[in-house]
Formats: sequence, structure tokens, C-alpha cells
Amino acid sequence: MIDMASLLAVLPELILTVGGLILLLTAAFGGEGTARVVNWLSVIALALAGVALCCSLEHGPDAFGGLVRADAFSVFAKALIYGAAAAAILLAPRFFAVGHAVRPEYPVLILFAAVGMGMMVSAGDMLTLYVGLEMNSLASYVLASFMRQDERSSEAGLKYFVLGSLASGILLYGTALLYGFTGSTAFDGISLALADGVSKGELFGLVFVLAGLAFKISAVPFHMWTPDVYEGAPTPVTTFFASAPKVAAVALTVRVAIEALGPAGLDWQQIVIFVALASIIFGAVAAIGQTNIKRLMAYSSINNVGFALIGLAAGTPAGVAATMSYMAIYVLMTIGSFACILQMRDAQGNPVETIASLAGLSQSRKGLSAAFAIFMFSMAGIPPLFGFWAKFLVFDAAVAANLAALAAIGIAASVIGAYYYLKIIKTIYFDEPAAAYEARGGAVENVILTACAVVIVLGYLLNPVLDKASAAAAASLF
Amino acid sequence: MIGLQHYMVVSAILFVMGVLGIFINRKNVIIILMAIELILLSVNINFVAFSAFLGDLVGQVFSMFVLTVAAGEAAIGLAILVIYFRGRGTIAVDDVNRMKG
Repeated sequence: MIDMASLLAVLPELILTVGGLILLLTAAFGGEGTARVVNWLSVIALALAGVALCCSLEHGPDAFGGLVRADAFSVFAKALIYGAAAAAILLAPRFFAVGHAVRPEYPVLILFAAVGMGMMVSAGDMLTLYVGLEMNSLASYVLASFMRQDERSSEAGLKYFVLGSLASGILLYGTALLYGFTGSTAFDGISLALADGVSKGELFGLVFVLAGLAFKISAVPFHMWTPDVYEGAPTPVTTFFASAPKVAAVALTVRVAIEALGPAGLDWQQIVIFVALASIIFGAVAAIGQTNIKRLMAYSSINNVGFALIGLAAGTPAGVAATMSYMAIYVLMTIGSFACILQMRDAQGNPVETIASLAGLSQSRKGLSAAFAIFMFSMAGIPPLFGFWAKFLVFDAAVAANLAALAAIGIAASVIGAYYYLKIIKTIYFDEPAAAYEARGGAVENVILTACAVVIVLGYLLNPVLDKASAAAAASLF
Repeated sequence: MIGLQHYMVVSAILFVMGVLGIFINRKNVIIILMAIELILLSVNINFVAFSAFLGDLVGQVFSMFVLTVAAGEAAIGLAILVIYFRGRGTIAVDDVNRMKG
């Protein structure tokens, strides 16, 4: 029986679904002229959904007989997801205006993806997980190929579609095995059955499920789609891919690992440790030779997912809290970096993507260069900035869980990673100037850029809030 | 007598064929779409077989959801393939190389 409390617990999803459908109809009947209105209304819908999170928390944690969880963990992840989705919508019009492709479908697709991501992070059952994941993926495939006339964009969409479907298939196969050998698709039921010991069949299921999820968070060895999709997709879409779905997939992985597969902790811990280390090292090394800034950001995101997984590898409440804090800070840095990258436009206003074109930017655009430097230093984990705190938290959790070797290798690899971040700063500040960029950025871009930069610099003031929120989020899983 | 193992073996064979169909196939993107469908259907065999074996309906409900999502996925895949073909004039797998990787 569907009761009122369950409906109120999924109020954010309801707002986004109904809002998305109304806006889709507006777009269908109003044509391209409605793009601006639909854009702003989508941001308002996301804001309303964000407000509704309080309401969903009151009526949680279990809704629809345990299919959906509305707990502190899902609220924390959803707040990040909605924020990142809103930023991706706000940053887009200026970019699409150049190709005369400002279409109202873009914000609507992001809303639908946000519904799917909301379902992912609050899944309490493999069925909800799968449906949420697919809702997000199907919208993302379309978003990747959004610039229909651009060959690279349609190729990105095709690659993303093929490899994303393969990932869903692998995840599903694992789900079927887990269902067969544990007799349940609910996270509680699976965890209950695993508590009596892990059989061969269950182990197979576990590995398949984790492999499917590793695809979605683009962790090595399932990362190969990331650079191509990030490069080919339109830059606002790349901004979106690098932020919101990443948070959703990492949060989903954490929830599945702790809630459903918790009793098999020793079995998945070694997998997570391997994946984390491989991602950190590969992400750092492969980024060095890149000349395209979007490709570089793709490898940087692979690298960052590795760091976030270190917290999960610890498997403790402190580790999970560190992972969630890491994702929060990562989203800020990513949105900020992409707000900078979106401002890389030549004098005619056409977007450029090569790192070489950044040379000598400090002489023509002082503010933009400073912002770029802040985000790159923060990504590299240089102490006064917020990115350092994120890395500190995960390493601290790893050491506390007797994984000092993992932390040591992670720190060593983050030094390699620092090389390519610093190379960008060197290009901006010390190289001979290349052709100048457009003289000034868009107002919205500048606002988002400044906001992110201020938080990254003064982030430590937010620490009490962030610590409390992430600790509460982690506590709701254990 | 056909037991649970037989269903699982068939399903595993279909799954492997689907995965190989994606990676070995060098000809045509349509074949990749068929391989994806094969993977999802192999999972469905597993779900239904387990469901019958356990005497539990959840597996059959799950397989209905998988079928629905598979239909949506095929529609979107074909749509992306159409715009790709319009831009490039070919759907050979070897030509999907505008970006390295």
C-alpha cells in the first residue's frame, strides 16, 4: 500500500519528475524560443527539490517497504547532485549560443538525469538501484550527443552508450547471481544472507556488481570510455558528467558496499584497494602527456575517484564520511575548473580546448588566471586550499584502518599528479603569450567561478558543518 | 531432467557471447546493439530461473523491469546511431575513431 509518508519521503524526486515533464511539454509546444525560461525554471525546480530534502528526511528512513531510503546519506549526496546539476544548467547557454544550439531540451534532460541520480543514492533494493541508474544513463547518453551536427559529440554519445550499456549488463548479471544465491534483491536481505558466510556464487555476483559500478564511476580498469566521452561531449555536458553523476555513482557504490555487501567486507576490500590504487596511479601518469584540457580533466577525474575510494577501502564510518567529504570538495573544484575552461574562447568567441592556448593568459586575463591557479593548486592538494583537506581526510581514515601502505602509495602518486596541475599554472604564468582570449567572461560564469574560488580558499571555515553532515551521512549507513 | 544449473549455463554462455560480440565485432554498430540485447536477455533467463527455483516472484518482476528498460535503451541507441550516421555516412566500428582511444 502506498502511504503518504512514502510519497513525502520521495518528494524531491516527485518535484523533479513533474517539473521535468511540464517543462518538456513547454519546450515541445513553445519551441526553441522557450530555452531561456526553461533554463531558469529548471534551476528553480532543482532548488525546490533541494528544499524538499528536509521534508524527505523527516519521513525517512524507509519508504515503499524498504525500496527507497531517505536517510542523511542520501540527503547529503542529493544536495551535492542538485547543486552540481544547477551549475551545469547555468553554465550552458553561453556555450551553446556559439553553435546556435540553445535548446530547451538540455535542462530538461539534466532534470531527468537528476531524478535518476536521486533514486540511485537512495536505493534500498537492487531494483531501485537499476532503474535509477538507467534513468540517469539514458539521459546522459542523449546529453553526450547533444551537439548533433558535431561529429565528435555524436561519436562520444555512441561510445558512451555502448560501454554504458555493457556496464549495466554486467551489473545486472551480478544482481541476478546475488538474487539467486541470497534469495533477495533487497540490500537488507542480501546482507542478512551474506552474514552466514560467502559462497562461490555470491562472490561471483559481488565481483560483477562491483565491476559494473566501477564502470559508472570510471575507475581503472573500467575507465576507457572516460577520456573520449569527456573530450567529445559539449563542455557544459562534460561539466555535468564530471560532477553530479560522479557523486551519485560513488555514493551508490558506498551504499551497496556497506549496506548490501557489508558482511563480505574482507572480499570487496581487496577489490576496492586495487581499483583505488590503479585509478590514482593511472590517472596521474596518463594525464601527463595530454594536450586537450577536457581530456586532462577526464584523467584528473579518474585520479580523484581513486582517492575517494581510499575512504571506502577503509570501510569504517570515518572512511565513509571522508569519501563523502571528498566528493563534496571535488564537486566544488570540478565546477570551478570547468567554469574556467568554459571561458577559454578565442577573440571571436569560439571555444578552444588546447592547453597550449592558455600560454601567457596571466597577462590578458588576471582574474581568470588566478582562479585557474586556485583550482589547479587545490586539485593538486597544496595545503592552504580546500583540496588538501579532502585528501587529508581519506588518508587519515586509511591510516586509522591499518592501511598505512595504501595511504603512502596514494600520497606518492598524488605528487606525480601534482606535476600536470602545476604544468597548467606554469603555462598560464610563465610561457610566452599565445593568441589572446575573449576580453571578458559571461556574468553567470564569473559568479559561479568566484563562488567556487572563495569556498576553495576559505573552505576551512565550513569544516564544522561539513564534518557534521558527512559524519551523520556515514552514521546512517552503519 | 532440466535443473537450475542448465539454465545458469545457458545464461552464462549467452552473456559471454554478448560481451564477445561487443569486443570482437569489427564490422557494424548494429551488431553491438544486438549483443547488448543478448546480455540483457541472458540476465533475464537467470532471473526467471532463480525465481522459479526459489519460489519467489521478485525475480520475475525484475525481469519485466529489465525488458522495459532494454526497450528504452534500444530506442536511444538507435537514435544516437542515426545522428552518428547522418554526420559520418558510415556505421562501421573501425571508423569510430575521431578521437584517439
